[in-house]
Amino acid sequence: MTTDVLIADLTVFVLAILLGFEVISRVPATLHTPLMSGTNSIHGIVLVGAIGLAATADDPLTGVLAFVAMAFAGANVVGGYWVTDRMLQMFKRRPAASTDKAVR
Amino acid sequence: MNASTIGHLVQLSFIAGAALFVIGLHLMNSPATARTGNRISATGMVIAIVAEVLFVIQGGLGLGNWVLLIGGLALGGGLGLRMARTVAMTSMPQLVSLFNAVGGAAAALLALNDFIALDGHRVLAGGVPGLDGWRTLFIIADVIIGSVTFTGSLIASAKLMGRIKGQPILIPGGRIFTWLLLVAALSVSIVMILAGAGVVTYDSHVLTLLLLAALACALIFGVTMVLPIGGADMPVVISLLNAFTGTAVAMAGFVVGNVVLIVAGALVGASGAILTRLMASAMNRSIANILVGGFGAAEGTQATLGSAGGTVREVSVDDAAIQLAYASKVVIVPGYGLAVAQAQHGVRELADLLEARGIDVSYAIHPVAGRMPGHMNVLLAEANVPYPQLKEMDEINPEFERTDVALVVGANDVTNPAARTDRSSPIFGMPILDVDKARSVIVVKRSMGRGYAGIDNALYVNPKTGMLFADAKRGLQELVAAVKAL
Repeated sequence: MTTDVLIADLTVFVLAILLGFEVISRVPATLHTPLMSGTNSIHGIVLVGAIGLAATADDPLTGVLAFVAMAFAGANVVGGYWVTDRMLQMFKRRPAASTDKAVR
Repeated sequence: MNASTIGHLVQLSFIAGAALFVIGLHLMNSPATARTGNRISATGMVIAIVAEVLFVIQGGLGLGNWVLLIGGLALGGGLGLRMARTVAMTSMPQLVSLFNAVGGAAAALLALNDFIALDGHRVLAGGVPGLDGWRTLFIIADVIIGSVTFTGSLIASAKLMGRIKGQPILIPGGRIFTWLLLVAALSVSIVMILAGAGVVTYDSHVLTLLLLAALACALIFGVTMVLPIGGADMPVVISLLNAFTGTAVAMAGFVVGNVVLIVAGALVGASGAILTRLMASAMNRSIANILVGGFGAAEGTQATLGSAGGTVREVSVDDAAIQLAYASKVVIVPGYGLAVAQAQHGVRELADLLEARGIDVSYAIHPVAGRMPGHMNVLLAEANVPYPQLKEMDEINPEFERTDVALVVGANDVTNPAARTDRSSPIFGMPILDVDKARSVIVVKRSMGRGYAGIDNALYVNPKTGMLFADAKRGLQELVAAVKAL
């Protein structure tokens, strides 16, 4: 790891934390569960790292590590986004039934 | 197109992914735009993943690697999808905990792989001076934080599922053991970082063993940290573990040199930290105090028992129905007991009846009314309660003075006025819903049993309060029938 890379990565890290605080402080308490499950799916981005791992695995040990990492991260991404969407579609301004009537 | 151009395009896709994560989270600031936000975030994820897949394909991929890639993704993705489709909303905390566990573990595996398979330990053994200390720091931080998250989240999830009991589990000497594990893991880390920086030199096998020792300590630490924590403290624990996972992923980003992992990890870490702080302050307890654990089991909390005094006034279903039906403003205060009794639909049915009579109905939601932050809102949304009726604590508290009837169902400690007035109370200073300021109060409750804090609730002996002794679900059904009959 060179000094340049380290400094660049640390810069991104610190700014992303500050940005995260700024953006997430605005999320209302009503949505804290979907927020948590939504950020949960975002950390499924480790899948990108796992793909790199699967691509370079060349012996049984790294093969097992890569397979488990792929499976874990895959479950995280797919399950996380799906369940967040399932929750968010339940939040309605008006009750489902009366909305239908209002449209007609 | 040459390899370096493709590399740059992949980097640009990662930046696009990171930007879409931020935009998606920003849209979570309102229930009206949140679903779009989540989809934008998912789009960012797909872009980053496709870019990485194209990148490794272009680099040449053996058959075995294809199998790992597709097999792992299909297995994990399939299981994740199945759980996401079938999970009950009441079980959401378990699922989030499980996703924390696998996310943290995957991050730790990246660092383990980097150390064992790549040149990690060989470089260290060579004693290359300088910045490799930093790299070691990120590797070991990723391994430790990821492993603690993995086992800690599995235990939290098992507790929430009822696989192991939710009450604080205290083992004699357990706390000291937990601290020793932490000290051991940190000592090993320091030795390894010094080796990475070239200050000390070790054989590569010794370094590998040291890393495995740190891994073992961290895995056990996760278990012993969460076991003593009680079920009602889970909102804090899940939030904290969420912050841990984010941090582990960011560390993994440093290790494998990928900016999108760093950004995503930092965002999740910030979110987890904010929620942890909110939950802890809503319980009026420090994070350290919760981690030390055993609130219900602690001594001293029994001291104020029986001091509330006064008499309890019981109210019949018919009287309660009349009170509700002739009010102009009703605030419903749901607690976790409501979810346990599966009475969300009952409460919504009652609210509909009251609204049909022209009564202004809203719900007062305490931040810890559930097993994870915001849990009660999801449960009520599932029962078709429109979200404009779901009011946060700060929003609803000034309205209680103008409220004719506050209907408390399955909530206890978060309505106890002792938190405002009684300095000797263990919950003194905890932010509560000011239910006692309403003109009248109806409490649906099975018995005079105490809440999580193990103390009496002064609200129940308030002359304005009528107690309706019933199971939440049956009590609400009876109220619905009685209001209909009016």
